[in-house]
Amino acid sequence: MGEERRVLTGEHFLTGDHACAEGGMAAGCMFFGGYPITPSTEIAERMSLRLPEVGGIFIQMEDEMASMNSILGAAWGGWKSMTCTSGPGFSLMMENLGLGIVLETPTVLVNIQRGGPSTGLPTLSGQADMMQAKWGSHGDYEIIALAPNSPQEIFDHTIKAFNLAEQYRTPVLVMSDESVGHMTEKVIIPPREELKLVPRNYTKKKPGEYLPFECGEDEIPEMVKAGDGYKIHITGLTHDKRGYPDISAEAQDWMVRHLMNKIQKNKKKIIEVERINMDDAEVVVVSYGISSRVAHRGMDLARKTGVKVGMLRLITVWPFPDYMIKELAERVKAFVTVELNFGQIALEVERYVAGKAKCYLVPHAGGDVHKPEDIAEAIKEAAK
Amino acid sequence: MKGATTPSRKEVRFTGYGGQGMVVMGLILGRAAAVHDGKSATMTQSYGPEARGGASSTQCIISPSRIFYPYVIEPDVLVGMSQEGYDKHRLNIKPDGKLLYDEDLVTLSPEEKTKNIHSIPATRFAEELGRKIVANIVMLGFFCGLTDFVAEEAIRKAIEESVPKPTITLNIKAFDKGKSYALSLLEGSAAKAKS
Amino acid sequence: MNKPAAHLETAIVEQDTHPMADLLRMDRMPHIWCSGCGLGTGLTCFIMALKETGIPEDKVAVVSGIGCTGRVAGYLNLDSFHTTHGRGIPFATGLALANPDLRVVVYSGDGDLVAIGGNHFIHSARRNMDLMVVCVNNFTYGMTGGQAGPTTPISAKASTAPYGSYDYPFNIPYLAIASGATYVARWTSLHMRRLKNSMREALPKKGFRVIEIICPCPTAFARKNRLGSGLDLMKHYHDNSIIKHGADPREADIDMNGKVVCGTFLDIERPTFRDFQTENIAKQLGGE
Ligand SMILES: Cc1ncc(C[n+]2csc(CCOP(=O)(O)OP(=O)(O)O)c2C)c(N)n1
Ligand code: SF4
Ligand SMILES: [Mg+2]
Repeated sequence: MGEERRVLTGEHFLTGDHACAEGGMAAGCMFFGGYPITPSTEIAERMSLRLPEVGGIFIQMEDEMASMNSILGAAWGGWKSMTCTSGPGFSLMMENLGLGIVLETPTVLVNIQRGGPSTGLPTLSGQADMMQAKWGSHGDYEIIALAPNSPQEIFDHTIKAFNLAEQYRTPVLVMSDESVGHMTEKVIIPPREELKLVPRNYTKKKPGEYLPFECGEDEIPEMVKAGDGYKIHITGLTHDKRGYPDISAEAQDWMVRHLMNKIQKNKKKIIEVERINMDDAEVVVVSYGISSRVAHRGMDLARKTGVKVGMLRLITVWPFPDYMIKELAERVKAFVTVELNFGQIALEVERYVAGKAKCYLVPHAGGDVHKPEDIAEAIKEAAK
Repeated sequence: MKGATTPSRKEVRFTGYGGQGMVVMGLILGRAAAVHDGKSATMTQSYGPEARGGASSTQCIISPSRIFYPYVIEPDVLVGMSQEGYDKHRLNIKPDGKLLYDEDLVTLSPEEKTKNIHSIPATRFAEELGRKIVANIVMLGFFCGLTDFVAEEAIRKAIEESVPKPTITLNIKAFDKGKSYALSLLEGSAAKAKS
Repeated sequence: MNKPAAHLETAIVEQDTHPMADLLRMDRMPHIWCSGCGLGTGLTCFIMALKETGIPEDKVAVVSGIGCTGRVAGYLNLDSFHTTHGRGIPFATGLALANPDLRVVVYSGDGDLVAIGGNHFIHSARRNMDLMVVCVNNFTYGMTGGQAGPTTPISAKASTAPYGSYDYPFNIPYLAIASGATYVARWTSLHMRRLKNSMREALPKKGFRVIEIICPCPTAFARKNRLGSGLDLMKHYHDNSIIKHGADPREADIDMNGKVVCGTFLDIERPTFRDFQTENIAKQLGGE
């Protein structure tokens, strides 16, 4: 038992779910509170095996509301924490994802998306929680969400999610999908000293000087943990910089603006995309997660027929790379969004294209992936 | 043959029923390619009610470069360990692809058009070795003898890492059995070609 | 209304004058509670108990959900977390597990703890989690204006039970014990000394400890049931309570006219969630 078991450096052949758990381990996670649900259960299972090896705690909570709260509590207790879920469990986590956002709590929530609504397709893929990720908890807020498309990426992005959570003092979502979660591929886990980890940004201020929601230009407040003598008060009510409830329109304006700005002002630092074949592209495929890999073949098929098509693969889905879409819309003919839903990110694309190019969607209800031929057809249509 | 594996994308579909170890076959082959043979590999399996005792199918893509599309388009090899699996997938094999099947479990369709067909009594061999459950490894040895997608040494290593420790020897025996059966078939047909 | 009994008066006066300003966030006073509400006396007892235990203030964290009682977290000058309705226990679970040096107290209302948070309550008791839970039972949803709740006695009126509540209430000590709690006591907010002693006893203990405070809510509960002022209600609870340590929790049901059984129902020890983690799991992994 000890830290030597934390990073399993080497080449592995892992499912996305297991790679996600290893990402959490490598990132320094010490606490996992979760509730089993397909297709994310294997993450919880692996964490139940791995966390005790490093002196961390795995606890199977009684439901997803409890799970989400437990990881917030653990974060304020001084540990890096995470949970995972799918389908209805994600809905149950929404209430306290909101609490995490308002308390500005660094933590990580992984959603291995399955087909919905309701119990839907427990074992089959979907990407229809993308808007829920953005708007699922009540009220206005900004969120960071990543969409890995391979086991290697889910490993890397889980670490990235932990880092972003610490950097921006906020819960971060990893919005993967069943296809990636259950796919097995090579995962390279680097040596521990090569991992770039962001430690918690504990304040250097003394008790009495420190205010839990005070921040500078970058809008990012510093952290403390319970038990360190700061006697903080933290509330889910609208609050001031001290953390004290302030039930007024003025306080609301300050707090919500701050929550939005924290992400929006820093979005160019947060957002990551992959550009493929973009140099001569006249048609741009926008996709993420498993769909981006299927769309890749659609793109190849269309290229073979002479269409100049490229792909903007979203690695960060939220905040949305609006400025990139705006800029591309000035010079390309059309956008084709490929996702396992009936148009969620496609609406964002359309919003920022703002009529300057044609916008297409290749919809899919989930339960399977697209046929690459259908994507190729849509690309050809868009190129006309 | 070690080290002289093919340089292009290869697709394999293993099909059988739950409990036969189709997933393990895919895991071993993928692991061998990805971890021990310097390639990329993607293994996916069918989930859903299917995974519970019914039809079970595993796909494995092996490539010298990054794999974008992770699923089988048209398999280079279809491995049939059940009639149902064979019937479902038999029409989807590359024109120059191979069909490998357990001759005690699968009866070929009278309309079967695949040219490269090889059969082995994998389950019977496994029973002779004492454990029916190693039929999948016998088949994997057979597969290895008939293809050059992944180096043999890599597959052996992956077997050792993937099966329960006390069963390594048995599994290696099963692998050898399948492999040598494949070689004897090849020699037989080579001899036939000569005569 | 008659003049309140002298001892009642001191109890209330004491609340204002007791030197415990250091443990209250004076910058948040005045509090939002109604006059005659029993929440203040309970909080006084908690502060006195905490002082008597000598546990360093820095090592105590208070977590609450939402409700009039939930506001306790905001008035205590300790690390304090005001979470969402019903979720104090799971938040506190993470907090306590991540930071074993902390004594974590969950301080919430009946609706918070045994209605919306009921599942968390029983499961935390089952795990014998290291939490002290103070459940202020005022038989109603005070904060939202007196709706029926999980402890509203049969026939009592509430804004959502205009004909009386005909829905069996929970008996909290019985629920806690059946679920696995290791320390369970009940007092009314008038039993200040005994309540404080119970809190002092429970604070340093390990495991899942539950202290129920029967508390007058003059504004919501008493008014709807024509039970008079806060003082009348306190007197009613006081006069109708019987102290019986080790009582069978099945006899602790509360109805509109019957007795309120008070005392320490249970005080035992059994391994906690953390004990199992460190002893069983760590041992398997070759740790100490
Ligand atoms: C999810 C949710 N549902 C409902 C509410 C509204 N609500 C706030 S406090 C409360 C009940 C409080 O009752 P109790 O827990 O007994 O505390 P008291 O006010 O009586 O001390 C309710 C229903 C809420 N805040 N959140
Ligand atoms: S409504 Fe009831 S419980 Fe709430 S402060 Fe007033 S008297 Fe107390
Ligand atoms: Mg109440």
